[in-house]
Amino acid sequence: MNPAALPKPAEPLVHRAQPPADLVIRGARVLDPRAGIDGVHDVLIRGGTIAEIGAPAAPEGVESLDGEGKQLFPGFVDPHVHLRVPGQEHKEDLDSGTRAAAAGGFVAVVAMPNTDPVIDDATVLRSLREAARHEARIPVGFLAGVTRDLGGDALTEMAELADAGALGFTDDGRPVHRAAILRKALQYQRLCGGLLALHEEDPSLSGVGVMHEGDVSARLGLAGIPSISESTMIARDAAIAGYEQGRIHIQHLSAHESVEAVADAKARGVRITAEASPHHLTLTHDAIAERLDTRLKMNPPLRDELDRRALVDGLRDGTIDCIATDHAPHAREEKEVPFEEAPMGTTGLETAFAAVHTELVVPGVLPLALVVEKLSAGAALMGLAVPRIAVGEPAALCLVDLDAEWQVGEAGYESRSENCCFAGRTLRGRVLATVAAGSVVYRERAFALTAA
Amino acid sequence: MRHLLSIEDLDRPGIERILDRAKSFTEVSEREVKKVPALRGRRVLNLFYEASTRTRSSFELAAKTLSAEVINFVSSGSSVEKGESLKDTVQTLSAYRPDLIVIRTPHVGAAELVARWSPAAVVNAGDGKHEHPTQALLDVYTLRERLGALDGASIWIVGDVLHSRVARSNIQAFTKLGASVTVCGPPTLLPRGVESLGCDVRYTLDGLDEADVVYALRMQKERMTESFVPSLREYAARYQIDGRRLGARQILMHPGPVNRGVELAAEVIDSPQAVIGQQVAAGVVVRMAVLYELLAGRTAPDRTLVTA
Repeated sequence: MNPAALPKPAEPLVHRAQPPADLVIRGARVLDPRAGIDGVHDVLIRGGTIAEIGAPAAPEGVESLDGEGKQLFPGFVDPHVHLRVPGQEHKEDLDSGTRAAAAGGFVAVVAMPNTDPVIDDATVLRSLREAARHEARIPVGFLAGVTRDLGGDALTEMAELADAGALGFTDDGRPVHRAAILRKALQYQRLCGGLLALHEEDPSLSGVGVMHEGDVSARLGLAGIPSISESTMIARDAAIAGYEQGRIHIQHLSAHESVEAVADAKARGVRITAEASPHHLTLTHDAIAERLDTRLKMNPPLRDELDRRALVDGLRDGTIDCIATDHAPHAREEKEVPFEEAPMGTTGLETAFAAVHTELVVPGVLPLALVVEKLSAGAALMGLAVPRIAVGEPAALCLVDLDAEWQVGEAGYESRSENCCFAGRTLRGRVLATVAAGSVVYRERAFALTAA
Repeated sequence: MRHLLSIEDLDRPGIERILDRAKSFTEVSEREVKKVPALRGRRVLNLFYEASTRTRSSFELAAKTLSAEVINFVSSGSSVEKGESLKDTVQTLSAYRPDLIVIRTPHVGAAELVARWSPAAVVNAGDGKHEHPTQALLDVYTLRERLGALDGASIWIVGDVLHSRVARSNIQAFTKLGASVTVCGPPTLLPRGVESLGCDVRYTLDGLDEADVVYALRMQKERMTESFVPSLREYAARYQIDGRRLGARQILMHPGPVNRGVELAAEVIDSPQAVIGQQVAAGVVVRMAVLYELLAGRTAPDRTLVTA
């Protein structure tokens, strides 16, 4: 083969082209911990690029948004979402999923490959990226499977998938159960790069479990998923990654033993990162005791208060690198069944910031700046540009009203699905507008009216 | 009381009111004409997604004794086998305007869902491994008949607590009526966290002689293939209630059906300590009391409660 015929590296993220923003946001409190900004400024965006921060004069033809009393953050980046395309468009599609993301203040998301068909060969990945070029409202990146059909037996053509634009590899939804397969994937990582993102679970320990194993499952008579199902696999995989000097990312930590396992591996110098979801950071299995609601059924499950606190502490001390939603839409009829029958998963893009803000920032458990940073930290792990509010940077930011209270689900969802674990809760903090890749991709309805 | 979904929802006075009512119904079964017109014209729907002999027949008998109309709906050969969802089945059957639905399913929380989806009163006749409240009520009824009161009684529940809805309902009912409960079985068959229900946990029958009541649970054969126990033989050797282990003054209970030679030895099933037959008889009057409690004096359900 002629070397010249090799494909040139694909751009990591794809989205639908939209008109670049010309916009001035007046009087908002700009908070970008990485850029070291925390103060009230006007921010001028010209042609989709941040042109001035300070008190710029408004040039002709530039829309002005009133940011007084509001917060302007670097846009959020979610390294873990399920957009359900191809094959499960009745749950979500590229348009609705990225609309939900934009409504949550996200400026980029990374989609998982457990679709139908699975993203396990370059042809499928290329066609999916082509579809995203027409349909995605914000930039989207894709992970490909570690194993063919996520079956756990045979590696995908990782190098070819990386060339076709895969940011990394995961069998998310399932563990890479066989240690030897994970080891080979880590060896192959030296050739093709890319992150190995791991859903950690030992199926022999999880069994037929549908919720956290503990006093609530004992009372309800529901089969439990023990926390050690997750933590033992993290310990195993950290050992393999250390041996191969590979890099792994642990998805959706849920148990305190898991936080310890990640901290231990980090202390030993293993190249390991980890994420936690807004629901695991703010809810416990007691919510299921209150109401046996299938929207509270996800994998890993909501665990107990000790676990939740360990996750919050892990986020604070850096053991946990980023917040990821694991946005997992399911159709209404799929969730309107008895708890044991329902599929695992909750949506999360539209509520991520508000949930963490309400439950952890407002009560003073975590500083706002840390939450803002962790909501975009997934970008760096995926090898993506981290959004920054700085002159010359492409505009990727969100305007947020921290005082706005809203009831989740009251006015419907941008997502095609409504299986949100926070449904019915009153949250504080609402995204008013999102600018992604230099274009305005979302305006909250009431805000759009008053701003016009 | 609008529904009977779990023992967890009941308090001691609520339980005692049902037991007193059940007691008042005993003389009906002794009459030549075993029928009273208390629920005449009311419609009771038995919706059974799991095989059941005694629970279903005793609900049917209870409803008929109170002169209610009974419709039986079993899942085999029905639209359920054609893939109809629980919600659709319930909404379809609700068009028959039942005043009360008795539901048994293999799924935790299903009775609660039916209560949400239908305007009828709902009785949980067993939802997966969660609860079986009428079993607990008939068991406390039987014990009250024997002991007068449960206050201070020591009750041992022996066997497969992990997979037992009877255990979960009974631990709560017994403790609410003042008894102290010990669960005993192999560690693999006791759920982690079970002590949060307010019971003691033992792994051997040592100390069983302190029990006033021994409540043996059914040991299903498939637990062996799922390797919860290495063999039924070993299980029986350690946990079977037999003539040596059962004291003369102890009361022996079992929810049925019994695996002779597994959880119970033949000699204790037929012993004077066993009240297994009384439990079955109590099932009818207790279920009459539950139906009466939920339906008598209540007008037909409000159709506007039906939600999409």
